[in-house]
Amino acid sequence: MASATPLITPVVRAERTDNPIKIDCRNINVFYADNQAIHDISLLIPDRAVTAFIGPSGCGKSTFLRCLNRMNDTIDIARVDGKIMMDGADINDPAIDPVLLRSRVGMVFQKPNPFPKSIYDNVAYGARIHGLASGKSDLDRIIEKSLHRAGLWEEVKDRLAAPGTSLSGGQQQRLCIARAIAVNPEVILMDEPCSALDPIATARIEELIDELRERYCIVMVTHSMQQAARVSQRTAFFHLGKLIEVGDTETIFTNPTNQRTQDYITGRFG
Amino acid sequence: MTDAQPPKSTSPFGSEAAIARLKDRHAAERRFKLYGQLAIGIALSALFVLAYSIISNAAPAFTKHEIVFHLTLDAETVAPNGVEDTQATASNISGFYSLIQDDLRETFPEAATERQLRRELYALVTRLAVLDIARETAETPALIGTTKRFTAPLSDDLDLYLKGGITARRTLTVGQAGRLSVLESGLYSLSDSGPDGFPEFKAKIETDTAADSSVLIRLQDAWFRLEAHSGAMLTLTHLAGALPQLGEQQSAEISALVLFVAQANRAVSDRQIAWAILLQEKGRIRRKQNFDLLTKADSTYPELAGAAAAIVGSIFTMLITAFFAIPVGILAAVYLEEFAPKNRLTNMIEVNINNLAAVPSIIFGLLGAAVFLNFFGMPRSVPLVGGLVLGLLVLPTVIIASRAALKSVPPSIRTAALGLGASKTQAVFHHTLPLAAPGIMTGAIIAMARALGETAPLLLIGMVAFVNEVPTGPDQESTALPVLIYKWFSGAERAWEPMTSAVIVILLVFLILMNLVAVLVRRRFERRW
Repeated sequence: MASATPLITPVVRAERTDNPIKIDCRNINVFYADNQAIHDISLLIPDRAVTAFIGPSGCGKSTFLRCLNRMNDTIDIARVDGKIMMDGADINDPAIDPVLLRSRVGMVFQKPNPFPKSIYDNVAYGARIHGLASGKSDLDRIIEKSLHRAGLWEEVKDRLAAPGTSLSGGQQQRLCIARAIAVNPEVILMDEPCSALDPIATARIEELIDELRERYCIVMVTHSMQQAARVSQRTAFFHLGKLIEVGDTETIFTNPTNQRTQDYITGRFG
Repeated sequence: MTDAQPPKSTSPFGSEAAIARLKDRHAAERRFKLYGQLAIGIALSALFVLAYSIISNAAPAFTKHEIVFHLTLDAETVAPNGVEDTQATASNISGFYSLIQDDLRETFPEAATERQLRRELYALVTRLAVLDIARETAETPALIGTTKRFTAPLSDDLDLYLKGGITARRTLTVGQAGRLSVLESGLYSLSDSGPDGFPEFKAKIETDTAADSSVLIRLQDAWFRLEAHSGAMLTLTHLAGALPQLGEQQSAEISALVLFVAQANRAVSDRQIAWAILLQEKGRIRRKQNFDLLTKADSTYPELAGAAAAIVGSIFTMLITAFFAIPVGILAAVYLEEFAPKNRLTNMIEVNINNLAAVPSIIFGLLGAAVFLNFFGMPRSVPLVGGLVLGLLVLPTVIIASRAALKSVPPSIRTAALGLGASKTQAVFHHTLPLAAPGIMTGAIIAMARALGETAPLLLIGMVAFVNEVPTGPDQESTALPVLIYKWFSGAERAWEPMTSAVIVILLVFLILMNLVAVLVRRRFERRW
């Protein structure tokens, strides 16, 4: 079976990464009421690189992603076991306020979800609630910088007062990325950020992600194996709530060690 | 649209059976549309009938007749205790009313002699009508000694008569008057100017009127009642107005006014009608817009009554209701929707809130009476208690509407805020609540509109009291618009009927205004995402 050729040939861009570890997840179990969604996952996530989570629908990759900024706390019936060490501290420690954690771990969602406010207010919101700006001019600077980094500045600089919802889908998603960046996070979680976008907008976001990994630790859930191959350096394959295989993207796509990974990336299931 | 039938069996798209089925389907669609239009037609016509009947009933109450007086306010009569005692002047109803009586007697000296007639004459104006001028005089003592123009509302029954109510009537021409002569005291005979004795008139009287109808005869400035018409003569009783020259050839047109309802069966006598007509001709009775309806408080006399106390009472009640129900309702809804753990207790609370919304309003009245009046010892009949009871009544509605509005905010907004590191409270107050605000406000205003129309709970906490002063605060005795409707509707006098409809119109105007505000709020603040 090892002779089967993988469907995806990774782009050369996906080089190996030896960056330091940013997040160290140890023995994570997630339960929804009596239903176990994640089974004993341990995973290392490197800094300044893109880690992609792939796997069929319902495999737990989004659930696992949401553990990383404790968004599962907002679901009453969810319970998370295990340690997630970020810079040496366990983020599941009750002493850690999820509000502070989320200011260091930003998140971008599947569907662009700008606030029904102006573009300016969308980006300013995080900075305002965390008190990051010392004044109006400081806030203006943060907003310009964030929109620049999200590659949106040139398109919106003349209409910052326009509602964020008036932008196109791809622009909205970049606005959401700018909004996340404005809080000055270290980690950015992306939950299928391109699944609601057309191919051109997707290409722009992928380019953007590639630029962003210079500064941030990026964890991305994607349904598209091509996307994982194009933008990530590390890939983790999930199946039925278990982590099947994790490794450098190139290795996972060219020479997976596990049969199920092989089957998935060659399109036998999923 | 449905007329475009597919071509018969020649159609390339289907078999004959399929085309037949399609025909059935089109027929069913047409039928359904027809039912829908029928339903809307029924609803609209019900609305039109309601609006028409209320407004046509209310129309007479929007104007009223007033008598103009020029009263000389001599100190002895109006301020017997001296000018300084304003209290006594203000409540000196008898004194002021005697001025009215004197004036009426002077105008109609024929009534001055008999007590019974005087009483009938004085009934044109209610005693309490002089309250206004008494108060004014007490406030401005400079008026004493001067002649003051004063208008008093005409008694409610005469007012109704002049508006065309009380009795059906008809004017007939009689002919040329001949000679008027005295038969005995008060009884006169009138002959035709020719020898015939008004044959046409007599024939009409025989055929067109019932035996007990009153026939009033007008000769120059005087009104008579027709007692008999025998031979060439009409036998008449003098009712009102200056008598013409007796025994002379009159050579004047005479006319007759037939009142079909017998005098015994109506609240106004023939004589009062004659006086009213004479006063009207002199320009002393005028029909005016009835602003008293909006400016005066309740009274036992319809011509003096107004809905001001009820309007102000309703406004105070609504304010209390809004200040109680809206914040409490929104807080409860936000907690239940955004913060409460999803467990059995929360479920039970939810179910019970929904049940509470369906509890008959009179039960809330009982609750209010038991808790606010008996337990907390709050005063009866005050808007404060009424507002709290109505607040409890609409609280479930406000909660349900607010929860629906909060639920309609997409969860992505909430997760976006939380993902940025906003606390739950910040996510709610910065994003969810502002986005839900139009829906919440609409729900709250509609709940207020419901509270405005509630009667039963207010009856139980005593807001049905007779209130003849416009309340100045929510802790004053007061009544409310729907209660006033209930009260006036059960009034004995005929005049209450149009007044009741007029208050219904006022209440409807308030309701329409509130619903309009709800629509505007929704339009203005509606946001899309």
